[in-house]
Amino acid sequence: MIALLLRDLTLAIRAGGGFGLALTFFLIVVVLVPFGVGPDSTILSAIAPGILWVGALLACLLSLDRIFALDHEDGSLDLLATAPIPLEGVVAMKAAAHWVTTGLPLTLAAPGLGMLLSLEPAAFRWLVLSLALGTPALSMIGAFGAALTVGLKRGGLLLSLLVLPLYVPTLIFGAETVARGADGMATATPLMMLAAITLAAVALLPFAAAAAIRINLR
Amino acid sequence: MRRVMEMVVENLACARGGVPVLEGVSFGLRGGQALMLRGPNGIGKTTLLRTLAGLQPALEGRISVPPEAMAYAAHADGLKATLSVAENLAFWARIFGQRDVDTALTDFNLGDLAQRQAQNLSAGQKRRLGLARLLVTGRPIWVLDEPTVSLDVASVALFGQAVQRHLEGGGAALIATHIDLGFEADELDVTPFRAVPREIDSFDEAFA
Repeated sequence: MIALLLRDLTLAIRAGGGFGLALTFFLIVVVLVPFGVGPDSTILSAIAPGILWVGALLACLLSLDRIFALDHEDGSLDLLATAPIPLEGVVAMKAAAHWVTTGLPLTLAAPGLGMLLSLEPAAFRWLVLSLALGTPALSMIGAFGAALTVGLKRGGLLLSLLVLPLYVPTLIFGAETVARGADGMATATPLMMLAAITLAAVALLPFAAAAAIRINLR
Repeated sequence: MRRVMEMVVENLACARGGVPVLEGVSFGLRGGQALMLRGPNGIGKTTLLRTLAGLQPALEGRISVPPEAMAYAAHADGLKATLSVAENLAFWARIFGQRDVDTALTDFNLGDLAQRQAQNLSAGQKRRLGLARLLVTGRPIWVLDEPTVSLDVASVALFGQAVQRHLEGGGAALIATHIDLGFEADELDVTPFRAVPREIDSFDEAFA
């Protein structure tokens, strides 16, 4: 299964788009906001947690349809389904590769972009921590959505519509963690909720996604 | 070296898009045997092979085959354009828990192309790479759907030799093809198994 993860990462680096796409999109969103809202740092620092989390979420959404669509087109998915590794493992590895190419770079880049939005200094570590805890859920939920739409030509729109509502809890608790961190309030509750969502997604969704792929391969 | 392999199919019926295409298919396949599936386009050879490979459920009937024994290869080769020939093979070898890819490269005359990216291969070369994948699976029963598409005469001969070596090693092969592969093989014409067109009662696409 590690072979699959390594292959997906190699592909993401070689194809060019994989690694840079989400990060560039995140950068664009966050850089454009001060131009749209104005340079007033009190307004910016008030909306910074929400903007950063929404930006990360949309950036994550951008590359979701590639998770299984490419493998389905070239026949790899059929072959992986008949390979000795379980399809649940395939899904988990695909989601992990998606997280390493999108969630992880977003998490690492977020503090720098937080500065552009004059995020409160106290909130930086909560921003990184909440993204590190929350983005795996975004990748896993996204992989489930991609599995549901894998057989469809240009299923990207449907995928976004399916996945967005499922992203809402992660967004709420993620942005809430950062906002509370910025105000110097206790962040334990939203962080724990965030971690719970991620753990539940990682524990349950590989099975749901594998079942969806089996149906779509027929 | 290999376990004795046997695949038995009894009274199998399979459907495509909710409509049965073949029914009552029965045959046996033992180690060292190759079976050619014949029949006109659209008769259901691909559906039959996908059902055997476990990619879709059978409507009825029984497939008895040892677990983890089948290697399936279809029209799409499952190659990644930005990986080299050797990397593509090495990936599948690792997925199937094997190490050696050099034999497969030599057998399909891909040695000189090993470092070339798959996107720069011709259609026939891609096919050869797709077929070389069978060798690195280490599985005894090959289930092949039109393996010779876009191969030239020399490559078909290479493929024929690879299948023969596989059979001599105790393996088996079930091949849907329209051409002669240049060795003795049993044939199974699936035309007589054509299903009577009908809607399936309460056939649930998702949970059948």
